[in-house]
Amino acid sequence: MPGLTQAHSVVAPSTASRRIAGALVIVYAIITMIPLLWIIATSFKTPPDSISYPPKVIFTPSLEGYVNLFTTRTRQTPEVIATLPPPTTWYDKLVRSRNMVIAGPSNVIPRFVNSIIIAFGSTFLAVFLGTLAAYGFSRFKVPLKDDLLFFILSTRMMPPIAVAIPIYLMYRELGLSDTKLGMILLYTAVNVSLAVWLLKGFIDEIPREYEEAAMIDGYTRLQAFRKAVLPQAATGIAATAIFCLIFAWNEYAFAVLLTSGTAQTMPPFIPFIIGEGGQDWPAVAAATTLFVIPIFVFTILLRKHLLRGITFGAVRK
Amino acid sequence: MADVVLDGVTKRFGTTTAIDDLNLTIADGELIVLLGPTGAGKTTTLRLVAGLERADQGRIFIGGHDVTTVEPAGRDVTFVFQQYSLYPHLSVYDNLAFPLRSPARRVAEPEIKRRVTDIATMLRIAHKLQNRATQLSGGEMQRVAIGRALVRRPSIYLMDEPLSSLDAKLRSDLRLELKRIQQDLGATILYVTHDQIEAMTLASRIGILNAGRLVQIGSPREIYRNPANLYVAARLGQPAINLVPEGLIPAGSAPAGTRTIGARTEHLRIEKASNGHAIGKVEWIEHLGDQNHLHVSVGDRKLTTLVDPQTDLVAGDQVALSLVDPLYFDQAGNRIGGGN
Repeated sequence: MPGLTQAHSVVAPSTASRRIAGALVIVYAIITMIPLLWIIATSFKTPPDSISYPPKVIFTPSLEGYVNLFTTRTRQTPEVIATLPPPTTWYDKLVRSRNMVIAGPSNVIPRFVNSIIIAFGSTFLAVFLGTLAAYGFSRFKVPLKDDLLFFILSTRMMPPIAVAIPIYLMYRELGLSDTKLGMILLYTAVNVSLAVWLLKGFIDEIPREYEEAAMIDGYTRLQAFRKAVLPQAATGIAATAIFCLIFAWNEYAFAVLLTSGTAQTMPPFIPFIIGEGGQDWPAVAAATTLFVIPIFVFTILLRKHLLRGITFGAVRK
Repeated sequence: MADVVLDGVTKRFGTTTAIDDLNLTIADGELIVLLGPTGAGKTTTLRLVAGLERADQGRIFIGGHDVTTVEPAGRDVTFVFQQYSLYPHLSVYDNLAFPLRSPARRVAEPEIKRRVTDIATMLRIAHKLQNRATQLSGGEMQRVAIGRALVRRPSIYLMDEPLSSLDAKLRSDLRLELKRIQQDLGATILYVTHDQIEAMTLASRIGILNAGRLVQIGSPREIYRNPANLYVAARLGQPAINLVPEGLIPAGSAPAGTRTIGARTEHLRIEKASNGHAIGKVEWIEHLGDQNHLHVSVGDRKLTTLVDPQTDLVAGDQVALSLVDPLYFDQAGNRIGGGN
């Protein structure tokens, strides 16, 4: 109808505002993703390309960074290399073209496995203990409940590294230094307080009637918890697990202090890659790229829960 | 089905006494409605029978067995909550099957299917069985919640305002349905409500609770016609009973000791006053369609009564009032000449 202006809808955003919002999201995504994309790009550069100035955006990709990450090499003169049997694999060839010979595999795979075991192990423990504790605090009359909850929170009130030296001494006495078990226990202890508080919030939101109905229907308290409460808490558990995992996966300070060999995780390992001669940025970038992948995959797998987790409790049905 | 006995049950929460020495026997096949304002202890009574709360004193028997300290799962009761008792992560079918699949019961799947289908048909939700519980309307959800109770044949059904979250039309539909189901199954039901129409139409007997005490119990008719005291009298009747001081309105001969007179519509005679006999004035008439509420002021008192829709009274009319066999209450609020 000419001459009439369309009433502005409260529910559906207009096309213009949707476009502006979309553009803003894209701009923000690009800004936050540039460092990550730069690291991934660097991991596929040759060492000279990685430090060239002005920086190269267009370059010939190379797997040298990944080869260097997964191997240890020794420098040889071209004469010595010429006496060796011809290279059998593409990475042998690549390394020899830099006047080096592969001496053996690097430590990256054991370190990566350590990171996986320690981060996922401590996350599982923190979330498992946190869920049970949160349920207990949420549903039962616990003596000194508020004080206990405050105590749990207070363990997070100073930076964990402030207690690094006592923990270091304690771990040495207990033989937990440089052990996976020690690191799992440590990260669990740090994460469990966060887990209890986050999960208590989620479980408080679940009506008690769910378990009460189940208990009347012939389920024990524990069965009712498993059948009626856990499925409802899945969202909160997923969100909590991601927070715990990110902490344990990225933790650097304790890892440097308490691990040096068998239990070393990726964060303290990556700086060692830089190398003694030239600075091998592509290898560092390759390690960082691989390091990001598990968190990336885990978050993608749980993203449906995570999104619901963020808005949980905002909408009353 | 079985009879349920509460014997001197007391329940305290901290310093407040929620239930005070409650004695109640629910006979097999009986539907007892507990009526009372918020905080009177209605829901607590249900929770005590269900085992969700533990009695501080007294004992509870279901079918002759002392279940005072038995866990909810071992009591053979079902509970319909006011809301929230459907599991959003399960389909309607799985919600209905949930009680039958409990470790305590372990009904075989073909039998579960048969019972769930029967109940769903009875409650007219059979076409929704594969839906998620969250995709239902409020009325459907509540029917599923009731269905979850009905798939079992427990000793007693406990229902905590099962219809209160529904709109008026659905509430009256489901009320009739519940009554029919109760008669078909011969179910023993303890039912809590605020709604006096529900109480009047569903109950075999109504129990009136006040501050954790059972004030009076009897058939809906008894409770309505022979309330033991002012508190009970005020619980039933629409519009609410008019309580006026003795002597305000001519009442023939009030018994000695009468302080307050309770007058329902059927106790009041109202006529247009002829010359000087007027003691009241029509304030206004509420037209509700099927009935009219007449608001009359007498002195500084306001009375409300039903009036014939064809009445010729209009606001401002002077009226004469008289009482016909009203309810008399003494100083303490107890009925005089009641219980007959």
